[in-house]
Amino acid sequence: MNQHRRPGLAVWCSAITLAVLYVTAIAAPWCSPYDHTWQHRMSPHSPPATIRLNPPNLWHESLLYAHPLLLADTARRTYEENSAIRVPLRWFHRGRLLTTPEGMPEIFLLGTDGLGRDLLSRILHGGRVSLFIGILGVAISFTLGSLIGSFAGYMGGRIDAFIMRIVEIEMSLPSFYFLLALAAAIPDDISPTVTFFLIVALMSFIRWAGFARIIRGMAASLREQDYVVAARALGASRWRILTRHVIPGTYSYTIVAATLSIPGFILGESALSLLGLGIQEPSSSWGNLLSDAQNVQNLVRYPWILIPGVFIFVTIMSFNFLGDHLRDRLDPRARA
Amino acid sequence: MAVFVLRRLLHMIPVLIGVTFITFFVVDLAPGDYFGALRMNPAFSPDFIAELEAEFGYGEPLLVRYFKWLLRAAQGDLGISMAYRVDVATLVASRAGNTIILAVSSMLFTWSLAIPIGIYVAMRPNSVSDRLLSFIAFFGMSVPNFFLAFLFMFVALQTGWFPVGGSFSVHYEALSPLGKIIDRLHHLVLPTVVLGTAGMASLMRLMRANVLEIKEADFVRTARAKGLSERSVVGKHILRNALNPFVTLAGYELGTLLSGAALVEAVMQLQGLGSLMLEAVRSLDVYLVMGSVVIGSVLLLGGNLLADLGLRALDPRIDFDRESA
Repeated sequence: MNQHRRPGLAVWCSAITLAVLYVTAIAAPWCSPYDHTWQHRMSPHSPPATIRLNPPNLWHESLLYAHPLLLADTARRTYEENSAIRVPLRWFHRGRLLTTPEGMPEIFLLGTDGLGRDLLSRILHGGRVSLFIGILGVAISFTLGSLIGSFAGYMGGRIDAFIMRIVEIEMSLPSFYFLLALAAAIPDDISPTVTFFLIVALMSFIRWAGFARIIRGMAASLREQDYVVAARALGASRWRILTRHVIPGTYSYTIVAATLSIPGFILGESALSLLGLGIQEPSSSWGNLLSDAQNVQNLVRYPWILIPGVFIFVTIMSFNFLGDHLRDRLDPRARA
Repeated sequence: MAVFVLRRLLHMIPVLIGVTFITFFVVDLAPGDYFGALRMNPAFSPDFIAELEAEFGYGEPLLVRYFKWLLRAAQGDLGISMAYRVDVATLVASRAGNTIILAVSSMLFTWSLAIPIGIYVAMRPNSVSDRLLSFIAFFGMSVPNFFLAFLFMFVALQTGWFPVGGSFSVHYEALSPLGKIIDRLHHLVLPTVVLGTAGMASLMRLMRANVLEIKEADFVRTARAKGLSERSVVGKHILRNALNPFVTLAGYELGTLLSGAALVEAVMQLQGLGSLMLEAVRSLDVYLVMGSVVIGSVLLLGGNLLADLGLRALDPRIDFDRESA
């Protein structure tokens, strides 16, 4: 029974991966090799460059280098490596983590999109949207769900029945269809930040109900617990009982469920942006970076445009591993 | 029983009204409208557009338009699609079939793999195969649908093993009846696997957990003590009990699958309710959006109802009439 309790290799890897992703997303302007909106017109759909290790006698110059890829056929967008030129990759250079010296041809570590924008830089900036939408969305929907659910469960009777009817209605919405309709109402002419918050609000609005229902069940049983009865007998206000006694009793569940819910938000945003209803160009999110791949021709000829999907996948897997581990630790009963 | 079904059907009414009102309101909030796009198009004369506007009650207050729609919808008339110029009900019905086929086929795919694997793994907990399969399941659970769709499309295009896009081939009409079925199935394989993979892992884990729990139950020990064959113990005693929660899940699973199917359809360019809805949302074809949302909700609610009925049939101890009376 206990063998799963210690964080295993997978859990550690997940935690470190997430930490790296979040830090690079926050520090995206510094971590990205180039400006994420700059269009390198000579390199549309350039494939990822190969990083090479310099021989030790050149280490004083740079540890790593790459040969630039030059557009060989403009119409078919084929590239050839120019092995005559060695472009050094310098750490902490020109105010960035890793980039190429000025005046040298650019090196695109993960390739470029159709407008010649550096994919790595766009992914790092896109992570700011995709990664934080999960955390913010969970924070909002769980706060709402916690308050409403515990209130309903604690009060019982008609209030409970009324709130639960609303929850039922919410839960029988066809969520994706509904989300599509809601997303249509987002105006195109607002700033990306506002769009971001609108998407978070929409998804939280759709998702709080299922969570409220579970919390309500827990609250209904917690209200009969001696310590809650004692608090009531001591004359504590309803708000105090709810926030100090009932809701904390649900924390072990909440933390686990919250971790496991983050992927849903990330996926929701990605799906919307992928379909062109979420974050709009020139801002990037992992979802709208993938919308390029919806064109089958692009998918076949420039497969590296799928790389943002790998980031989504790795993030979701990490959250799943972490959530699973937390469940073992905090909520042993949930483990059958 | 009849009372239960009737009450559930009555419960659907406020849900549908709520959903449709919010949708109507939201689409109205959306910047621009369908006619805006028409006005930009020189192929349409202003007279024609004015005619259209009059037909769709353009300019009347939101509530008036909504109640007009509601009144007609209650009589089974979902209005006319502005873009297609056909009856929404017909249009949606023609597409819903594909979506239901996709949802059901991926459900069959998921269940026919997840349940046997779940049992197999639960009979050898913590063995190498258990760990390996659990890890693979975790992998499958974490791959986004749309990403998997892209990967499969990429492979399909490289190898030519499976068709990409559409629910049937261009020469579909010329095929023999058998050829038509095969052609459809061929087109169905990739979307089914894409849609089914996500649910597979959680079902497998649930099955594993159920079997692990029931394996230790007294009646299983009794069955073994009676000298029943292992086959009979697993098949009759463990499996039947472990399957119970799955029936409840089926209804909700169907709901998730319908939503998931919409995304997969949009990404893989299939003809279905989801891609229709997306198109309608993009062109602000109000009545088509409404129609898709209504049908989507009905499918979801119907799925839940079926699941409850199925559960009752499997487990006579459950009595919904008494429970909520």
